Amino acid sequence: MAYFSEFRDPVNSKIILDNIHKITTKNWMIMEICGGQTHAIKRYGIDQLLPENIELVHGPGCPVCVTPLEQIDKALEIASLPNVIFTSYGDMLRVPGSSKDLFLVRSTGADIRVVYSPLDALQLAQDNPTKEVVFFAIGFETTAPANAMAVYQAKKLGIKNFSILVSHVRVPPAIKAILSSESNRVQGFLAAGHVCAVMGYWEYLPIAKDYNIPIAVTGFEPLDLLKGIHSCINLLETGQYEVSNEYSRIVSEKGNVHAQKTLGEVFQVCDRKWRGIGMIPESGWMLNSDYTDFDAEQRFDVSSITVPEPEICISGEILQGLKKPPECPAFRKLCSPENPLGATMVSSEGACSAYYRYTQE
Amino acid sequence: MCLAVPGKIIEIFEKNNMQMCKIDFGGSVREACLDLVPEAKIGDYTLIHVGFAMSIISEKEAQITLDMIKEISDQELDDN
Ligand code: SF4
Repeated sequence: MAYFSEFRDPVNSKIILDNIHKITTKNWMIMEICGGQTHAIKRYGIDQLLPENIELVHGPGCPVCVTPLEQIDKALEIASLPNVIFTSYGDMLRVPGSSKDLFLVRSTGADIRVVYSPLDALQLAQDNPTKEVVFFAIGFETTAPANAMAVYQAKKLGIKNFSILVSHVRVPPAIKAILSSESNRVQGFLAAGHVCAVMGYWEYLPIAKDYNIPIAVTGFEPLDLLKGIHSCINLLETGQYEVSNEYSRIVSEKGNVHAQKTLGEVFQVCDRKWRGIGMIPESGWMLNSDYTDFDAEQRFDVSSITVPEPEICISGEILQGLKKPPECPAFRKLCSPENPLGATMVSSEGACSAYYRYTQE
Repeated sequence: MCLAVPGKIIEIFEKNNMQMCKIDFGGSVREACLDLVPEAKIGDYTLIHVGFAMSIISEKEAQITLDMIKEISDQELDDN
């Protein structure tokens, strides 16, 4: 018994969907945090099946999209250096920096390799002792423990030619930033199940209370998303500001304690800039003082690079749920997945690319 | 990169001082690190994220969720 198909079962989904229609009496706006949720919602047409008075808006949970321009420019600078093997998850290669992307730099001869796991990058460092191997460590709480583990291993094994360019971000401070904004219209959240699988949902309990907002932890199958929406609407309609766990086969309140311990061993919380949004206090991780030797920014002296954001792209407002992709004048015209202007179009997890792929003109 | 994929642990072994496993993703088999879920056993379903098992899928909890849906469905029938 694997419990996969049951969560795609149309009969089960219809039961929940009918109940959502039954319990919804008012207008509600719910934000799904994660790009993976956005894609599943668009792919299965879930937003079209909901009562008209429920509006789903798309949150900032796509790590490719929120990686700031200057981090990409730093990656480009390091990757261009002789003697460097620059490694990254495939999604980052086409993300435009201020003038080029990693693909373009690779075509001019730089040694840039796509890896599936940070452990592959570590292996490359062991196999190429005369080269500097750098890994682009981006992502939310989901990828951070794996990247922390790679650095931990590098230190333990004494691998000196390995370093990481860190651009890790954390979800809870971003939720607080969205809720604190004067223009906020979000009334409930669907928290991202995979982030909560790692971190648990204990960090969300005080947010729900302090901001009077229900938060439902959901997975990514249609039934998971519908259960999350159902629970969120139920809490809103009954005026309860709580966290409900609708992904209990994977998520517990305390999360994966081993992963959290590994994070704490290697990283410390820091302020971080989000592409399109700007600086959010305590919203990132950086290597702590025991691991600064593995910090690529210091090793290659690129930490002073800063870049202003381009003006045409409204992805910042999209990431905060203030606007939707079709409201961007460039959407489908100047901007497409083949020719992306902003990161929300580049990444397959971005809201602009989800709209491009799954909605009609 | 961001989405985790569920798979079944079919073999556990050690490499480079790390606990590793072979995972079957419905036919295709890949290696993953088990150090973040040391309690995992052969036969468990886990979520794999960038080469690391991140959590074990609880069949008991999955069944509870499905039972709850059945309850909603039965209630609807009673109401009608
Ligand atoms: S359509 Fe393109 S330019 Fe417009 S917000 Fe999305 S990524 Fe930016």
